[in-house]
Amino acid sequence: MTALPFVVALWLLFVGLYGVVTSRNLVHQIICLSVVQASTYVFLLSVGYSKGATAPVFADIPNNRVVVDPIVQALTLTDVVVGAAVSALLLAIAVQLHKRTGSLDPEDLRSRPSQ
Amino acid sequence: MTLRIRRVVFLLAGGTLAALMLGSFAALPSFGGSHGAYGPLLDHLSVPQHHITDVVTAVNFDYRGFDTLGEEFIFFAAVLGVALILRAQRGEVVGHSVDYATDRAVPPTSDVVRVLGLGLTPPTVLFGLYVVAHGHLTPGGGFQGGVVLATGVLLIYLAGELEDLHGLYTEAALERAEAIGAAGFIGVGLLGLAAGTAFLDNTLPVGRIGSVFSAGMVPLVNASVGLEIAAGLVLLLTNFLHQTIVLRAPGRVSR
Repeated sequence: MTALPFVVALWLLFVGLYGVVTSRNLVHQIICLSVVQASTYVFLLSVGYSKGATAPVFADIPNNRVVVDPIVQALTLTDVVVGAAVSALLLAIAVQLHKRTGSLDPEDLRSRPSQ
Repeated sequence: MTLRIRRVVFLLAGGTLAALMLGSFAALPSFGGSHGAYGPLLDHLSVPQHHITDVVTAVNFDYRGFDTLGEEFIFFAAVLGVALILRAQRGEVVGHSVDYATDRAVPPTSDVVRVLGLGLTPPTVLFGLYVVAHGHLTPGGGFQGGVVLATGVLLIYLAGELEDLHGLYTEAALERAEAIGAAGFIGVGLLGLAAGTAFLDNTLPVGRIGSVFSAGMVPLVNASVGLEIAAGLVLLLTNFLHQTIVLRAPGRVSR
């Protein structure tokens, strides 16, 4: 099953997107977005993997050891940080929205006159 | 748009996207056969050139440091945004900072949580500092260590009340710490310019391989990022906690 990691990434992407599209609760929707982001972590790490490779940390391994691609690992770190920032901002907006409208259902957003 | 129509639209658009992605995935090298050109190059460069044994850190804080500066400022902007969005709204008043629910009694924190929470705080903070300080040697760095450091503060909250945190820091101090952390990154970058090369060029002495004081500017960058992330996360935490525990809508001031 050499294609499995890519299948998992695709599955996470679409299951997350489906959740974002159909969610009836903003907090749930934000978590769905995190699932979409998790698919990018799986994808990036899969792209950089080599058979039999270890982590690209040469503190305690010989210099000629096969290691996974450090570039995509660094990109994943960036990805995680940006993901946390996005979630925090969206959750803050959800908090204020709930205070104003008393609802977390995205369906309720449309029918309300602006205050 | 009803949920039904939305599902249909999603199935059509998602199906098309899935087909396109499957097609492009088929052209990827198979799993386990990574063919990145730059990764192996850096694997062979980062230890001899800059004495950085963790190549992921070498990418993030040295060779691709400029992008990480942008990444750090994304986080900085997000914290600012949350603080702005969660400020006290018109008519909201500051109540007692005590956990309360209007319709049920809140059980007191159990002794087990108190003891474990407070007992785990010093090792957590120490571990956070360790992760920040050894970012260029072993997995870790400013981002990861900063998050661990912020967890220490969260443990104190879990073991007690929000008021216990007020003696620990003020919001202004956190904001200053975050700003110093963010500015520190730029300041270290300017060292490169001062040495006559380029912004964020690693021009400091690289030291002995495997030592904490090695890898030139990388530990300095990690320290400033660690400070920024830890202060920023605690600021986020404080903002969200204030939202639920301290701020009250008009007419619901306190018990």
